[in-house]
Formats: sequence, C-alpha cells, structure tokens
Amino acid sequence: MTATITPPAGPVQRGAEATYDYLDQRLGLSALLKTNVRKIFPDHWSFMLGEIALYSFIVVLLTGTFLTFFYKPSVTEIIYDGSYLPLRGIPMSEAYASTLNISFDIRGGLLMRQIHHWAALFFVAAISVHMFRVFFTGAFRKPREFNWLIGVSLLVLALLAGFAGYSLPDDLLSGTGLRIAAGIMQSIPVVGTWLVFLAFEGEFPGTAFIPRLYTIHVLLVPGLILALITAHLILVFYQKHTQYPGKGRTNTNVVGYPLLPVYVAKAGGFFFIVFGVLTLISALVTINPIWLYGPYMPDQVTAGSQPDWYIGFLEGALRMMPAWELLIFGYPISLNVLVPALILPGLIFTLIALYPFIEAWVTGDRREHHLLDRPRNAATRTALGVMGLTFYVVLFINGGNDVIATTFDLSINSITWAMRILLILGPWAAFVVTKRICLGLQRRDRDLLLHGRETGRILRLPSGEFVEVHEPVSEERAAILMARQDVRPLPLPPATDADGVRTPGLWHRRVRSRLSQWWYRDDIPAVTPAELAAAQSHIRHELAAAESMGVLPHEPELSEALSRH
Amino acid sequence: MSPTSDSSDRSAGGFGGYDPQSTGEIDSDVRGEILRQAGREPVTRAAQPLTAYGPQPAAGMTHYVRQTDIDPRAARRAERQVSIMFGLSALATVGFMIAYVVLPADSLVALPFFGRTSASNLALGLSLGLAIFLIGAGAIHWAKKLMPDVELSQERHPMLPDEQTRADALGQVVEGGLESGITRRPLLRRTLLAAMALLPLPAIVMLRDLGPAPKGELFRTMWSDGRRILADITYQPLRPEDIPVGAMVSAVPEGIVEVTHETGTLNERAKAPVVLVRMAPEDIRSQQGQGWDYQGILAYSKICTHVGCPIALYQQRTKHLLCPCHQSTFDLADSGVPIFGPAARRLPQLAISVDSEGYLVALGDFAEPVGPTIWERE
Repeated sequence: MTATITPPAGPVQRGAEATYDYLDQRLGLSALLKTNVRKIFPDHWSFMLGEIALYSFIVVLLTGTFLTFFYKPSVTEIIYDGSYLPLRGIPMSEAYASTLNISFDIRGGLLMRQIHHWAALFFVAAISVHMFRVFFTGAFRKPREFNWLIGVSLLVLALLAGFAGYSLPDDLLSGTGLRIAAGIMQSIPVVGTWLVFLAFEGEFPGTAFIPRLYTIHVLLVPGLILALITAHLILVFYQKHTQYPGKGRTNTNVVGYPLLPVYVAKAGGFFFIVFGVLTLISALVTINPIWLYGPYMPDQVTAGSQPDWYIGFLEGALRMMPAWELLIFGYPISLNVLVPALILPGLIFTLIALYPFIEAWVTGDRREHHLLDRPRNAATRTALGVMGLTFYVVLFINGGNDVIATTFDLSINSITWAMRILLILGPWAAFVVTKRICLGLQRRDRDLLLHGRETGRILRLPSGEFVEVHEPVSEERAAILMARQDVRPLPLPPATDADGVRTPGLWHRRVRSRLSQWWYRDDIPAVTPAELAAAQSHIRHELAAAESMGVLPHEPELSEALSRH
Repeated sequence: MSPTSDSSDRSAGGFGGYDPQSTGEIDSDVRGEILRQAGREPVTRAAQPLTAYGPQPAAGMTHYVRQTDIDPRAARRAERQVSIMFGLSALATVGFMIAYVVLPADSLVALPFFGRTSASNLALGLSLGLAIFLIGAGAIHWAKKLMPDVELSQERHPMLPDEQTRADALGQVVEGGLESGITRRPLLRRTLLAAMALLPLPAIVMLRDLGPAPKGELFRTMWSDGRRILADITYQPLRPEDIPVGAMVSAVPEGIVEVTHETGTLNERAKAPVVLVRMAPEDIRSQQGQGWDYQGILAYSKICTHVGCPIALYQQRTKHLLCPCHQSTFDLADSGVPIFGPAARRLPQLAISVDSEGYLVALGDFAEPVGPTIWERE
C-alpha cells in the first residue's frame, strides 16, 4: 500500500464516468445518490432481527421458484415408481409423488426443499423476535405506527404462507392439518358448511383444494408479502431508523455507519451469512421428512402429530379449550372450536395491531420518538409484553402436551388442566414480577448515577470506619442512564369548570386519567441533571477527602477520571 | 469497560481527513475530476472516514482505534484473511459442481451422530453453504477490520413539514378538489359512490362457482343395510370371531376402494371409517340404540366430532378412545360420550349384525352425521 502514481483515467475510469453521466442525464441519479448513498444507519445487534426475516424471505423465494419447476399441484391418484423403495407401488397423489421425486430423484432437490422449509421457519421466527424487539423498545411509537401495522400484517401473512406450504406435499401430516382446517371452517355459524363446499369444491378433501392452495401459496400470499415488505422498508428508509440512547445520540440525530461502504458490506454480507447458515443447516438437519409419513389417507393418523412451530399456539389453544357447544334455536355454536381457532387468534392479532394506539391514548404521549426505550424504563409496557408472552408460551407448550406426557410419563389430563389454570393465572404473575424487576432496575440505575460505581476498594478511615470507594460511572454509561425522562400522568379532569359547567366527555377523560396514573405511578423518579451534578461533586469531595487524609494514595489515573466529570 | 481503566492498549482516535468548512455541494463540472481522483488516491489510514461530502463524524463520540488502523501488518493480515475466505468460497462452488456430477440424487452415507443421510444432499449442502457463507463472512470481516469504524451523524427532521409547506400542499388539494366540482355537485358524488360501492360485488359473486351447494352429503355415508364391514388395509370381510374381546380393529364399508376409484376422491374415506371394539357384554354400560352391538362388538365412527381427525388410540383397560390430534377422549363402553378434551359430541355409533354367511354387516347408515359440527345438523 505505497503511494504509487496511477496513470490518468484508464478505460475503466472512462467507462464508469460515461455510464454515470448516461444514467444521470436520464434518471437524475445524482440527486438520488446525494442524499442516500451515505445515509446513516445506527448499529445494534437487535436491528439484525428484521434483516434475518427479510433475507429468509428472499431465500424462500429463490428456493421456492426452483421447487415450482418440479412440484405438481394435483391429487390425481398415481402409483409411485420413483427411487424411494419403501413407497414403490403405493397409490398416492401426484402432489406427494412429485415431492418424493424432488427429494430423491432431482439432484439438489432435497437441499432446496429443506432450505425452503428451514427458511420459512426462520422467517416466522425472525419476524416474531423482531416484533418483540420493536415492542419492548417502544420503536412502534409515533411516527412509526403504520410500520407496526404493516409488520403485524406481515406476521399474519407469514403464518398463512407457512401453513399453505406445509399442506402442499399432501403427506399424512399435512393432510391431517388440512382436515383440521376444514373442521374449523365447518364450525363457523351459518356459513360453515358452505365455506367448506366452496373451498374444497364439495366435501373434504375433494380434488380442488391442493391446486387452489398452490396458487395462494406461490402467487397471492407471496405477492402481498413482497408488496408489504417493500412498503415496510421504504418507511424505514424515509423515517430513518431508531437508535438506542447513548453519548451523542439524541432524538434529533441519527448516529451510525454510512450505507456505502459499511452497510453495503455488513448488511449485504449478512444476507450471505443467513443464506449460508440456512444451507448448512439444511445439509445437516433433516426437516419434514415426508417420505416417512406416507401419503395422506383421511382415516389414518400417527400419534404425536405436531404442526410447524408457529401453529403451535393455535394447536395448544384447540387442545386446551373445554368441550363447550351451545345450542341456540336448535343451531350448534361450537365454542370448543370457534374460540381457540378463530376468536382467540383474531383477538390476539387485533390487540397487537392496536397496541401503539392504545398506549398513546393511555399515556397521552403525542411526541415523535426516535430514541428507543430501555425496556426497564417503560415498566408497565414491558410488564404487559411479558404478560402477553406468557399467555402465548402457555398455549405453545400445551400444543405439545402429548409429547410432554409421553416423554415425562405424566397424565395428559393433568397437563391440560395445569395449562388451563396457568393460562389464566400465569400472565398476571408475569405482569407483577416483570414490573417489580423493571422498577428494581430503575432504582439501580438511579443509585449508580447518584452514588457512583462500587470499585471494590475498601478503605479504613482514621476514625476506624470502613468505607468503599465509589467512582462516578463513565460518560457513556451516564448518557445511557440519563436517557430516561419523568413523565407526568394525565391529571384527573375537574368535574365542572369555573362557571360550574360540567366538563365535556368527563367519564372518558376520567378513565383515561386513571389508566395513565396506573401506567406511571410506580416509576422511580429519573435523575435530573442538577441531581447528577450535585451527586458527582459529592463523590469527588469524598474521594478528595480520602486522599488528603492519606488513606487513599494519590493516583493520577483516578484523578484524571474524576476530572473528566 | 470504561475507557479510563483500559487506556493502556487503546487510545482515543481523532477524525481528520475532512474539511469542516465543506458544504458537501458538488459542481457537475467536477464530477469527472472526482472520479479520476478516486483512482489515484492511495489508501493511507483506513480508520479515517473521507468526509469531504455527506454526513460528518458524530460529535462527542468515543472512538477506539483498531489494530488494523495503526499497524500496516495487521491491516495486511486482515486483507489476507478476507481474501482467503473469498478464495475458499470459490473453491466450495467448484466442489458443489463436482458433487452434483459425481453423486446420484439418492446416494446414502452413514455419519456418526447424524445417522444415515443423503450423501448428495450433504455434499451439495455443505459446499453450497460454505460458498455462500464465506462471501458473507469475508464481507463483514472486511467491513469490521478495514473500513472506517468512525460513527457519522445525520440530522433528523420532524415528520411534520413546516407550516408553509403544509399550507401550500393543503391549498393545492383544496383547489384541485374545488375545480373537480365534487363538493358542489352532490348528484355526481352520490352516483359515483353508489357505482363504486356496487363494483366489488361481481368479484364476490363470481366466487359462487368455487363449489356446489351442500346437498346433505355431510349427513350420509356409504353405509347401508347389509353392507359388509371390511378390515382396513387388507379389505377382507370380518367375522365376529376375528375380533377377540379387548381388541380394536379399524374398518371400512365394502366397496370403498371402488368408490374411491370411481369418484377420484377420498371423500368417503373421510367420513365412513369406523373402529370396531369388542368387550364383554356386561361391560357395555350403554349404547346409542338397543342391540346395536353384535355379541359385544361395537362399531363407532372413527372421525372425531371435534375437527375430524381419525381417532385410533384405544385403551383396552378403560375402553377409552383417544384422538391423537387434540386428545378428545371418548368412552366406548358408554355410548361413545366425550369425557375429556375439546370434543363436545359423542361419536356416532353404527348398528351392526352378521349376514347369512356370518360376516359382520351394518344395519344401515349412521343415525347422526359424523365428524365436526354441521350448522344444519339439528
């Protein structure tokens, strides 16, 4: 790397220049690049969760396209005559036979199938964890509510795409999944039977559903996902990414690395990492070995049937629901199916979608937020999040109650009952415990700022008293800890104004004020800059006093550290 | 770790290499000059971002100098490492193509821990995985070791545009709307709304022919008086003596194979199958009809009344039948009533007897519809 003089403008240089000018004259490239080529993106590991989701989706599209070249969406019965000996001569659908062919007769076919399945599992998992990150750091707050809604829609579509894809091979497990889906459809009041007859072109299973599902799986849902991902990314780009609090980071700037070269290399490289890891996993770990399950037969089933992980919570809900069926004017209302399979997920996703608006209403917070919350600093939100998470996890665990029962030799009835009780009580316990932990951490932060860091050095004063030397926390740390702001809850509205006129919307405002008080009331007061200055000067005086008494040897390093504050 | 306690091997680095007076503006005439210069600039210190244009380093940030910033040998080492990763990726791609040609799709290999697995899948997956992964690992290593790691800063602006912009935008919208006359011509507005409101209807109506109207198919199965009961899989007719006390046998109606071939669907297989169990007659506490058993042999629908899974887990001692999907449990000694789990209705029972040749036969169809709830059932 010596400073050699390169000859002026070689052919590559001239070519680049000419190309740039050509594009610039037609697309006004310079105006676009000027504001975007060095656009700043903040750096944090948790920002990569959304990237994993995006890259998994691209991998799903690439591998899925390959699979469409060989898969036949048809339930026409044929006799299998492929390479997999155990199933030779067995009647099965073309869909199942073509999936076997992809697995055993197309070179790289099994690899593509397994990458496709693993990437789909990663896609839903990454979306979920990404949403938890966004939730617990408050990144959904104004002005990003729309992107939250897009994200929730993407999660629902990802579940749909996953379930549809899982059902296409027409193996015993996927057929059983469709059977359950048909049963759920059929339980819908008034229109249930009609829905089944329209979807399946008659009775279940019929011959129409697999081809129809295929169109939904390869065209409709991925098209919607692609459109929504595009909108999601445009909004991230346009509104600029949020950042965690820290030294030099404010609500009005964005600190990080430029798109070119660092983010092109890091984010671009991360796509290859995700794709590479998915490929390596698919080389080593078998997923969905449909050749072991056999072709679908509506009167056959295996014990220990499990859906893909993301359907687990619905499966758990179905298994947990008591056998309630009402008869209203002679018509059956199957609460045992409707509640867990339709009403519950409907409520869950509606609540998730509306959450940003509910929180903004309760807190009355109308400000723009670009600095993320540390979860402890939003104790009530964090507690609510863990409450929801607990609810979900209990449902999820119950989705595998038969596996738990056989693995640990427990009664399935006891497990189901325990989960029913836990589903009611667990979330409340989780709320209380999480809130206490958050408040404890708030206290600790306050303590750290006001009393400094414990250095572990014990001094004996001339009076005989033992004290521990405290040191102010570093500027970086202090900037993070000071990011929390006290928020005043909404005051209770007066019943009447000065003229004795009843306040309009009194009841509504009272509820809101009470909720706001409940939201904030336990928060530990944040440290004010004045408090911090006083406390640090106090710490310094104590240290100086100790030094002057001769009990603490003068240390240039320590003094330097102190003088920085 | 605070910088004060760990300052021996790292030192706070400065920025430089940029002109704070620069506005970042670029004249179109100098564009060619910038591109020409880029080819001549020697790489000196990677740690310094070049900031004549664009965003500037963030103020007040602590920056730690990396080994590769100050030691050219470390920088060369990092460069070598990245190149090796790229090179290995290329080799892995060649390996993939060799494996594609050499290994047949159904070849097997036995591995410790992983067991018997497809050799083709393993070789293709490992080579392709490494080829892809190493490009990513190289790029990220390059970014972290050799590209500037000084954080830059950009200002954010509130989403809400300033008053002038808002007034201008709103004014244009209002003027455009007024020009259209939509506010002043209610007839036009209302007819347009009505037309638009009706337009989606064809899209919904056209879904009608997705399937036929239900015609009671869900209330019937192919069971009929005198139809023999065949053992599942072997399709041989069953005699009472084929089923010992305590046994459970999955069974289907005679002719189901033919019906499946004629219709090309598995519809009948999704509702007709039954389970036959035999218990001592004194153990039967109740059944759905007087004498519907044959010498203690009972036939119940195999299709769960919850959401339609086939039920096949029979516990001989308790005479309970358990659904493997959602664990609904039915007591076959007591009319097939549900005793645990989400299923709310009993399993329909099939009345059976034997024919003149001594084979088990049905005495008719089920008295109630099988499988999940049907809205029209009552």
